[in-house]
Amino acid sequence: MTENGQSLRSMMRATITLAVAAAAYEALARSGYFAPALLPTLGNVAHALFASLADGTMIEHAAFTLYRVLFGFCLAVVVGIPLGILMARFQRIEHFFLPLVSALMPIPSFALVPLFMLWFGIGNLTTVLIVFYAATFPMVFNTWSGVRSVNPLWLRAAGAMGADENSLFWKVIIPGASPFIITGMRQSFLRAWIAVVGAEMIAASDWGLGWVIFDAKEFLNTDVMLAALIVIGCIGYVFERLVFGSVEKATVQRWGMTRAAKG
Amino acid sequence: MQEAATTIAVDRTLGRPPGGERLRLIARNVFPFVVVGGIWEIIAWANMFPRRLFPTLEEVASSFVQLTISGILPHHAIDTVVRLLSGFTLAGIFGVTIGVLMARSRRAEDIFLPLVSICAPIPGLAYAPLFLLWFGLGNLSSVLLVGFVSAFPIIFNSWTGVKAVKEIWVRSAQSMGADDRRLFSHVILPGALPYILTGMRLGLAQAWRILVAVEMLAAVPWGLGWMIFGARKFLNTDVMMAGIVVIAVIGLVLEKFVFRKIEDYTVVRWGMITS
Repeated sequence: MTENGQSLRSMMRATITLAVAAAAYEALARSGYFAPALLPTLGNVAHALFASLADGTMIEHAAFTLYRVLFGFCLAVVVGIPLGILMARFQRIEHFFLPLVSALMPIPSFALVPLFMLWFGIGNLTTVLIVFYAATFPMVFNTWSGVRSVNPLWLRAAGAMGADENSLFWKVIIPGASPFIITGMRQSFLRAWIAVVGAEMIAASDWGLGWVIFDAKEFLNTDVMLAALIVIGCIGYVFERLVFGSVEKATVQRWGMTRAAKG
Repeated sequence: MQEAATTIAVDRTLGRPPGGERLRLIARNVFPFVVVGGIWEIIAWANMFPRRLFPTLEEVASSFVQLTISGILPHHAIDTVVRLLSGFTLAGIFGVTIGVLMARSRRAEDIFLPLVSICAPIPGLAYAPLFLLWFGLGNLSSVLLVGFVSAFPIIFNSWTGVKAVKEIWVRSAQSMGADDRRLFSHVILPGALPYILTGMRLGLAQAWRILVAVEMLAAVPWGLGWMIFGARKFLNTDVMMAGIVVIAVIGLVLEKFVFRKIEDYTVVRWGMITS
């Protein structure tokens, strides 16, 4: 069988699986065995999704969540990459920060939410800081390992060809470390995305997708919860696949470096 | 998922210096904490922030000791760890089974892969309210949620791991007359083990992160997350800090000692990754 036919068959099967799963869910929801408030039919979920998209509330919630996550993520990138590079290039800095980073890394960001709520109040600042905390460590760690794992042969070759510090850094070290840095960005965005939903639930502000889910629980609006879950899943998917995927394609894959990163 | 394997492999190369250097190494590792602790103390004593919100380290230490002696902190910690382990065991059993099935049978792959790849990218905590509604407040929903969320990395890694077993190993085992069962237990499982362990490691880290948050939401009677969240209501910042310290220590122990040891006994000993 050709490669094409195989993938077509897989896709068919995937569609069938999803259709069967949806049908099973629908049957369960309509059977009346569970309370309809807890297990809404797919029609209701779709209706809730479209209603909230149409009147703009869901979009506004999503915009707030995105704003928080991107703000925190950008902060993490701005702090994490230079810190990682400095740690990898200067031993003194590495000796100072590495123990701190490895001690703080295993603390789940959610454990800090109550503390940050006391310190910074409820709202944007707390959420952004939690996102920042969650996203910084993968960034630092990956940048650090990336710069350290730049092939020393390349450095020496560039040095022998008369590259000065400046061009060595921009032309050799940064591109050499970029697969790791991009992996780090990917990981930290994933973490940031998890953290923002949790932080919004616990440090209840008044806008945000996490807050929608949590608020809908109070009123047993399971259809709204599922609708928000769908939106969260879609945004996460878009960022993971489209944004980072295309960044990876434009940089490391074009430079032919992914092999080196994975191996 | 392979990315994680790379980072772990990189941090392995650090290695340990010989005995004479040990003392200097310890001093070097302690120094940053002394500096940060000193800055903390200065800020706390200078009363820049209200003392209730920014306790001195002595207050944190004393409430830590008090809570430990009175048995409250160990009780919270044990309950959290039990919940973590039961959820993680569920995830391990189901995750490895589904992952291996997906890799070995095309039909199972077609059935499970779409479901898994739709459910996996949603942050685990987003499911929490749904689980709370379905399974009620308390232990059941927190354990189930932890299991559900940490199963995904395990599924993905077991799947890739079994698929990455070299075809030539399978064929040579078959030509030497291994039956299906022996092929599975002697070739495929050991071959996929580095990946499965990486998946478990990622799953455990994820479970640990989710669990703390779930305990805050699910109103369980005991648990570190709940302790921190409850302490907020009474402005007991020192109790919160003590709880965070315990959480960090447990996380570090799980990562460094439990999984390192398992890896040393299995895949490193078999020479599948260099330690």
